Amino acid sequence: MHFPNVVKIKRIIEETPTVKTFIFPWKIKEEIPGQFIMLWNFQDEKPMSISVLDPVNDEMGLSIKRVGPFTNAVHRLKEGDQLGLRGPYGRGFQISGSKILAVGGGVGMAPIAPLVEEAIRRGLEVDLITAAATRDEILFQDRLETSGANVLPTTDDGSHGFCGFATELAEELLSKAVYDMMVCCGPEIMMKKLFDLSERFQLPAQFSLERWMKCALGLCGQCCMDDVGWRVCVEGPVFCGHELRLISEFGLYHRDAAGTKHHF
Amino acid sequence: MLEVEICQMKMKNPTLLAAGVLGSTASSLNWAARSGVGAVVTKSFGLEPNKGYPNPTIAAVEGGIINAIGLSNPGVEIFRDELYHLDGTVPTIASIYGSTPEEFSEIASRIERFADALELNVSCPHAMEGYGAFIGQNPDLTMEIVKTVKKAVKIPVIVKLTPNVTDITEIARSAEQGGCDALTLINSLGPGMRIELETAKPVLSNLYGGMSGPAIKPVALRCVFQVFKEVKVPIMGVGGITNYADAVEFIYAGAKCVQIGTVVMYRGLEVFREICIGIERFMKEKGHASVEEMVGLAHE
Repeated sequence: MHFPNVVKIKRIIEETPTVKTFIFPWKIKEEIPGQFIMLWNFQDEKPMSISVLDPVNDEMGLSIKRVGPFTNAVHRLKEGDQLGLRGPYGRGFQISGSKILAVGGGVGMAPIAPLVEEAIRRGLEVDLITAAATRDEILFQDRLETSGANVLPTTDDGSHGFCGFATELAEELLSKAVYDMMVCCGPEIMMKKLFDLSERFQLPAQFSLERWMKCALGLCGQCCMDDVGWRVCVEGPVFCGHELRLISEFGLYHRDAAGTKHHF
Repeated sequence: MLEVEICQMKMKNPTLLAAGVLGSTASSLNWAARSGVGAVVTKSFGLEPNKGYPNPTIAAVEGGIINAIGLSNPGVEIFRDELYHLDGTVPTIASIYGSTPEEFSEIASRIERFADALELNVSCPHAMEGYGAFIGQNPDLTMEIVKTVKKAVKIPVIVKLTPNVTDITEIARSAEQGGCDALTLINSLGPGMRIELETAKPVLSNLYGGMSGPAIKPVALRCVFQVFKEVKVPIMGVGGITNYADAVEFIYAGAKCVQIGTVVMYRGLEVFREICIGIERFMKEKGHASVEEMVGLAHE
């Protein structure tokens, strides 16, 4: 533990023009949806949400979007290449109730996908909004339809499914149906709006957050959030709605590697 | 019963959050304060924003971890704002780093109003050249920095020392001659390293990192014991403390209070309360009326 476990990439799935899923041989023990792995490419190390959990075939997967030098370097790797994995870390999603609304924006679908599969396995009814800017970037539609979820693709440009933002569709669904729980991951601005909706509809909700991370052990303080000080790597990355009420920086700003604030 | 006073700071108990563990924002320092610490030490900060080293910055070792965070911090200007937002329920010690006496005293004077004391980091074992342990391994430079900072500010000045020297008492005496009000012993040990077997690659991006955690406790304890005999200023003991018994060992060796850090990774901030309850129970059992009377008992 707390030391990279170097494994070979077993399989690479090209999900969209910018997102690939990397499958690793991994004995699944306590890993649950919503937890993350510190991924080391021998140059740098970044937190990545677990997107595939397959205890039957001993496989774990990370879905990674090309956004900068680190993710570009990882995207250039081939099956059989090595990566270092440390974890799992953090508090994952808690599955409760009998009908849930899951919302994933862009690559925020990564932790949502295994959560939806697990919920269905437990017999829950799941409505899932998978949102992207355009049709090509929609993640996991087939995979999660196969699992038995009611998948509602949403695109900003209307090229596929609902035309508009995930938050607009969520609002529509919440006004029509009764859910026991909402789970979300995506851009923080989107999650802030979903949080506001969960407050308005008095719906218990869970949100997977992201902050700059270094140690992932709850020591360095890099991912502490104002005003309560909670660490995204230990108390998070999944926070409940009532906890978010205490996180004043949620939806407003985050800090970089030096600790300087940047507004969303 | 647990109250101690050090550097004119009245603490409700002898435990402090050590520098570098959380402590980079007012939020995390306030959280530590609410968790039952006697005082907090901030993460070290310098003049300018510093991103620190790339990840990986941490790796597990037997009995603890090695880290090379690299003194990341947003710089004194932003940090001053964080200090301003402290609840102030417990004393605050601001940890600062620099490379020259002037750099130290400039930071010191800019934050003097917002802290109860300063802790000079002249001991980080993975700092950039000219910083941290590069200073603390040089008795003359250490003394000069302490002197300069003492002239610049009125609040107490504590010096945190590195164990990675031939004779820690020599540096301790230099810091005392420079006029420091207390010493903190010790910063992380080493540095050490780890190599990943499959790839033959060193894990830390900086190659080397300071070691902390239970494994370094005997070394830290020895340093406190040794220095206690050589100086008059009070000592804050730090290094591998995970429970009340460790804390008492440090107090018996000569520490007036103890700083606690790496154990937060295993047990969270709750650990401070547990340790305080443990110390208090122990004191009752042994008939100690105050922490003060326990300090340095191992020397009698």
